[in-house]
Amino acid sequence: MSVLEAVIRSVAVVAAFLVLPLLVGQTEHKFMAHMQGRLGPMYAGGWHGWAQLIADAAKFVQKEDVIPAAADRGVFRIAPAVALIPYMAGLAFIPIGDGIVGADVPASAFAVLAALGVGILGHLMGGWASANKYSMIGAMRGAAQLVAYELPMVLAVASVALAAGTLSLSGIVEQWQPWWLLWQLPGAIVFFIAALAEINRTPFDMPIADSEIVFGAFTEYTGLRFAFFLLAEYAGIVVMALLFTVLYLGGWAGPLAASLGVVWTLLKAWIIAAIIVWMRVSWPRLREDQLHRLAWVWLIPIALFQLALTAVVVVMTR
Amino acid sequence: MTVTASQRELTVGVGAAGLATADMTLNIGPQHPATHGVLRLRIVLDGERIVSAEPVIGYMHRGAEKLFEVRDYRQILVLANRHDWLSAFANEVGVVLAVEAMLGMEVPERATWTRTLVTELQRVLSHLMFLGSYALELGAITPMFFAFREREDIQTVLEELSGGRLHYMFNRVGGLRADLPAGWTGRCERVIETIKPRMKDIDDLMLGNPILLARTRGVGVLSQDLIKAYGVSGPIARASGVDVDLRRDAPYLSYGELFVPGGPGKVVTRQEGDGMARLEVLLEQTKVSLDVAHACVQRLAALPRGPVNQRLPKVLKVPEGESYFATENPLGFNGYYLASLGDKTPWRLKLRSASFGNVQVLSEMLPGQLLSDMVSILGSMFFVVGDVDK
Repeated sequence: MSVLEAVIRSVAVVAAFLVLPLLVGQTEHKFMAHMQGRLGPMYAGGWHGWAQLIADAAKFVQKEDVIPAAADRGVFRIAPAVALIPYMAGLAFIPIGDGIVGADVPASAFAVLAALGVGILGHLMGGWASANKYSMIGAMRGAAQLVAYELPMVLAVASVALAAGTLSLSGIVEQWQPWWLLWQLPGAIVFFIAALAEINRTPFDMPIADSEIVFGAFTEYTGLRFAFFLLAEYAGIVVMALLFTVLYLGGWAGPLAASLGVVWTLLKAWIIAAIIVWMRVSWPRLREDQLHRLAWVWLIPIALFQLALTAVVVVMTR
Repeated sequence: MTVTASQRELTVGVGAAGLATADMTLNIGPQHPATHGVLRLRIVLDGERIVSAEPVIGYMHRGAEKLFEVRDYRQILVLANRHDWLSAFANEVGVVLAVEAMLGMEVPERATWTRTLVTELQRVLSHLMFLGSYALELGAITPMFFAFREREDIQTVLEELSGGRLHYMFNRVGGLRADLPAGWTGRCERVIETIKPRMKDIDDLMLGNPILLARTRGVGVLSQDLIKAYGVSGPIARASGVDVDLRRDAPYLSYGELFVPGGPGKVVTRQEGDGMARLEVLLEQTKVSLDVAHACVQRLAALPRGPVNQRLPKVLKVPEGESYFATENPLGFNGYYLASLGDKTPWRLKLRSASFGNVQVLSEMLPGQLLSDMVSILGSMFFVVGDVDK
């Protein structure tokens, strides 16, 4: 890979990383509004408030960057970056079309999961460094949540990797066949639920829980640093939706896949993102211990069952 | 319940191999999203479990009762309007009924039916607010918007009636400020009829939702003993099976006619006493109130035209004596104890507000619960901070 190619690929990933979360954010604005009998943003940018999030970003940039006096300044400053960058790294490994991927590595499924696992550190650092009790509780909840979703998620991905016989996400999409929708269904459900918990979305938004602990680890953050945390949340939706698409929905598989492949991937991922938004509109929040119960009583056994099922089918058919 | 020094002491971890843990004192409020208003809870946390909780009140104390003593009876209404800002009309009614009772004043029928109607619409408004905010506290954002959609429609007709959207100031001693606008009863009836079927949207979102059930069923169970000990009333008491409703048990306004067997008025009770029961009571009461309001508006449309108030003297003086008058406000008993020396101002007008009892029982309910459940309990102990602090 030449230097030029590396630069182009990096720029493309960064561009995708900045644009796709905004699309998801705007989708959330509009979907939520219409589900709740509202219009949502209507003015910014003229047509149906399309530029609302850009206006929001412009506002965040102008705000004062306040650091609490008692905060651990260094840690407080870098925490948003630690929360944000893993998602960017994860995005680089996810293929959106045949050969269209930021960095094509052999074990990309593994690489994505490894990168995503780091994101929670940002929350922990932010919560600890803020010198605020609500932040602290939020960070601790986030860390406790990690235990509940990480294992079922890895098991569910392992099942798909086993089915495809490869750890490469591109390889998984190439092997994918429509009947996998049924075969991998239990694993897909487990993965989806675990992904919601990973990105702190309703009904698993206990680490943020604005009505309980103000805003969890983000309570003390303002301006651009706060915006980075928010961006990380929406980047999380993008990464999880794309990952789900690639693992369970066949990525770019579809009519005219050769030319329209990228469109199919993005469309499928967008539908997944819309479902994630839908859940936020319709459901309240679980309690931390209830998530753990869900994870240990349902998610992990189902993921293990899926792994066994996959193994049996693989052994019998190959 | 106060936090003693021993509770705040550092406790050295007993089984945790020398790991020292300390309970954390957390001040929830006075500015916190879940305390809607300026209630402050000083809670001591062991991890996420609450060791003790103490409601600290008074941040919004405005000396309403003292102000009553230097205001004449017309001016008092403005103040009485405001302690529970979600049920302004019901508060007004309590004062005027207390004063009218002491004056021995007969109020025109038309005024009484209008008061009953608006009081019930006020109940719907207040209940909708709490239905929305309870869901919001549990993390569900949509019911709030649905509740506000209905509130908006009711507020529009009430605004047409009185000019106000929150503080109506439509009562006067002896009746109402003005007669109903032409065609208003028809518009009001239409609004009630549109809202009734739309209540199903809120039902569908909240009842039967497994997550909501997990968060509220069995959480914050309030026993009948505690209710009696702390003077808890209203929907919260009825959710624990305390079958008391002043509209039926000590009827005022036109409730005597409405809360008869077979009438539109029904007292809603539940036995469980937990958050879910309180939510169910609130939801069902809203529907009952809509039915009652519907009956009122039909009755009002059938009434012949007539006066809506009494001619009052230039200076209104209440004869010497004392009386207590209680109404069933949306949040519970709202009582006015009026003692007069025959002046144009009361000698004392003591206010018994519903929220006060509902909040003080928190110190008994919260210890032993999780921080997350605190929010679930707080949201289901419907209170308005202004009504606590007065």
